[in-house]
Amino acid sequence: MRRDWKWMAVAIVTAVAINGGALAAPYTPADDGIVLERLPEALDPALAELKRMRAALRANPNDLDHAARLARRCIEAARETGDPRFLGQAQAALAPWWAAADPPPPALLLRATVKQSQHDFSGALADLDRLLAVRAGDGQALLTRATILTVLGRYADAQRDCAKLVRLASGLVTTTCLAGASSLNGDAAGAYRGLVQALARAGDTAGTRAWALTLAAEIAARRGEAGAADIHFREALALDPRDAYLVAAYADFLLGQARAREAASLLADSAKNDALLLRLALAERSLPDKRSEFADHRRELADRFAAARRRGDTVHLREEARFRLDVENDIPAALVLAKANWNVQREPADLRILAAAARASGENDARRTVTDWLASTRLEDVAVVALAERRAP
Amino acid sequence: MKRLIPMLLCVALASPAWAHKASDAYLTVERDGVNISGRWDIALRDLDLALGLDANGDGQLTWGEVRARQDAIAALAMARLALSSGGEKCAMRADGMQIDAHTDGAYAVLALSGSCVHAGPTVTVEYSLLFDVDPQHRGLLNYVDEGESRSAVFSADRTRQVVGGDTGGPLAQFAAYVHEGVWHIWLGFDHILFLVSLLLPAVLVRRDGAWKAAASFQDAFWDVARIVTAFTLAHSITLTLAALGIVSLPSRWVESAIALSVVLAALNNIFPVVARGRWIAAFAFGLLHGFGFAGALADLGLPAGSLALSLAGFNVGVELGQLAIVAAFLPLAFALRSTWAYRRVVLAGGSAVIVAIAGVWLVERAFDLPLFVALAAG
Repeated sequence: MRRDWKWMAVAIVTAVAINGGALAAPYTPADDGIVLERLPEALDPALAELKRMRAALRANPNDLDHAARLARRCIEAARETGDPRFLGQAQAALAPWWAAADPPPPALLLRATVKQSQHDFSGALADLDRLLAVRAGDGQALLTRATILTVLGRYADAQRDCAKLVRLASGLVTTTCLAGASSLNGDAAGAYRGLVQALARAGDTAGTRAWALTLAAEIAARRGEAGAADIHFREALALDPRDAYLVAAYADFLLGQARAREAASLLADSAKNDALLLRLALAERSLPDKRSEFADHRRELADRFAAARRRGDTVHLREEARFRLDVENDIPAALVLAKANWNVQREPADLRILAAAARASGENDARRTVTDWLASTRLEDVAVVALAERRAP
Repeated sequence: MKRLIPMLLCVALASPAWAHKASDAYLTVERDGVNISGRWDIALRDLDLALGLDANGDGQLTWGEVRARQDAIAALAMARLALSSGGEKCAMRADGMQIDAHTDGAYAVLALSGSCVHAGPTVTVEYSLLFDVDPQHRGLLNYVDEGESRSAVFSADRTRQVVGGDTGGPLAQFAAYVHEGVWHIWLGFDHILFLVSLLLPAVLVRRDGAWKAAASFQDAFWDVARIVTAFTLAHSITLTLAALGIVSLPSRWVESAIALSVVLAALNNIFPVVARGRWIAAFAFGLLHGFGFAGALADLGLPAGSLALSLAGFNVGVELGQLAIVAAFLPLAFALRSTWAYRRVVLAGGSAVIVAIAGVWLVERAFDLPLFVALAAG
């Protein structure tokens, strides 16, 4: 009898271990006409172009121009769809230069972009440093480096790169780049003012304007100006309704404003994107009529985190910390994840989850990290300040 | 002025970068002795990327389109997976294809079967599916042996992994490596011939330029004990150093030097130079043989989780195998030691044969020439 129990335990452990792969019973489809899979190009015909470009590159894999064009399209597709497979495909296009010590500038830029998406920030910065050493006036490289430096909390370095964009890019691009860093470093009001002024002038692509508007909305939200933030978010969404980052940011804003029902309808079709699914689950959690959807999405998220963990991914620590804390109420795990995440990246959202986990756990180290950061950067973020000031209930 | 149209980063959004799901394939390998069975789940989307399954280009994959390419799918997969055990490749094949639904879409499921020549304690898996079209692909292996499962992750940077050997509990694992150690010394003719070359004169005494029978079994026994202990000590040292990766020597160099050691040990029986201190030669050359054992152990594979236990087991196995040889040799040689045949046929003739065989190995190994493939059992 004891033996049976032991086997049952083994079976359960095995089942749990395999669950990430969701091994079920394979089947033989009854009919040749049954559609098994919809490829990305079925949803967005523009993505069919990637296939043609890939086929052409296969014939001549060392064609840098072609490879760079494909990699860039893949990176854009990854951003638009939130599908990480495109990042792997970008890396594949760069294969001849991926391990090279000194690749040509276009390959360096794209390699750095893929590396930062894998949260290899030091590798990305090394590539960009090398590139900018030979092409000091590469605007995209400066912007990419400034973005990474901002994520790492190195605001002065980021602003130095942004300032060099003045002669290389439009006023709005330069202003947005500068505002990204300065808004987190004690000058949120000035950054916001600059953005609004630059946005008042016409010009620039819809994508650039949406980017600037998103930042303006985020700054306003951090400063507690909910009305202005809401307007900017809506303006940005009107320009670029599919941008996953923007949708996630607006959803976070709505959740922070206790507007869960609006957040849920914003995210209704976003279940495929894990970061958006997390926001959707958070919205459904506070909606009594969405209880069964919440249970499904909670399980789905747990599966996806387990699957990511199985493959050894660590790029989603922030979201997992938030999942553990706000969905699973697993405070110790959330604290560990939030701290590990803070060691990698230092955006306001990273500080927010660290502050929330610190408050929930009452852990002093994490609390001190938060208050020290607030003091040294003079970050204006009403949500973080509230979390840092209040003691755990 | 060139206008920059910014390529926005996933970094600014950091999180959605992992949305949907990155490319994973799920490989289950179950072993029962020399027999292998398993299944391999590969996303249809990934197969489309590698092979182009969407025949009519409508962005949808039907069962008909997938089924039409079943052979190509199986060929792609099987060319990118290699299993071996005990240093020998296992013959693997895909028996059929079905479909399964995973969280991120439909997967082709290949049923695998195969058999290994040798049921070593571990299985070495080499996996290179899809890394050329998506370097961020991961192969997630679930290996089942003795009712226990182990997992491993393959990536473009890590295409070869050793699994098993730590299933079945510490005792079973230790026993498996003892077994391998015994077999290695018994099948490794170069080690046996070296030992035999040193042992042949142990029942004799060199006096006035001629071999005389040793007076007592005790003398012969202690001579043998000294030689075996020195040999054991020496090769245990280098086996451990090499297995832990502290020292490593090129295997061709090691194998050639081992062959040379056998030649020298046998020659010394015909034209004695070293008579009394043969244990010193046993120690010095034993260091070399240890590197040879380490090469064999590397083929078997050591489970990372319990390296020390397996290493100790293999060492013990080598010693036991060696003691068995000595136990068979010593009484027989002692009984025959006074005969003319022992001194002329066994000692001189046997040593000459050993010189010849080891000489062939030496040439083969040093110059990489297969002269006597059948004899080169090393």
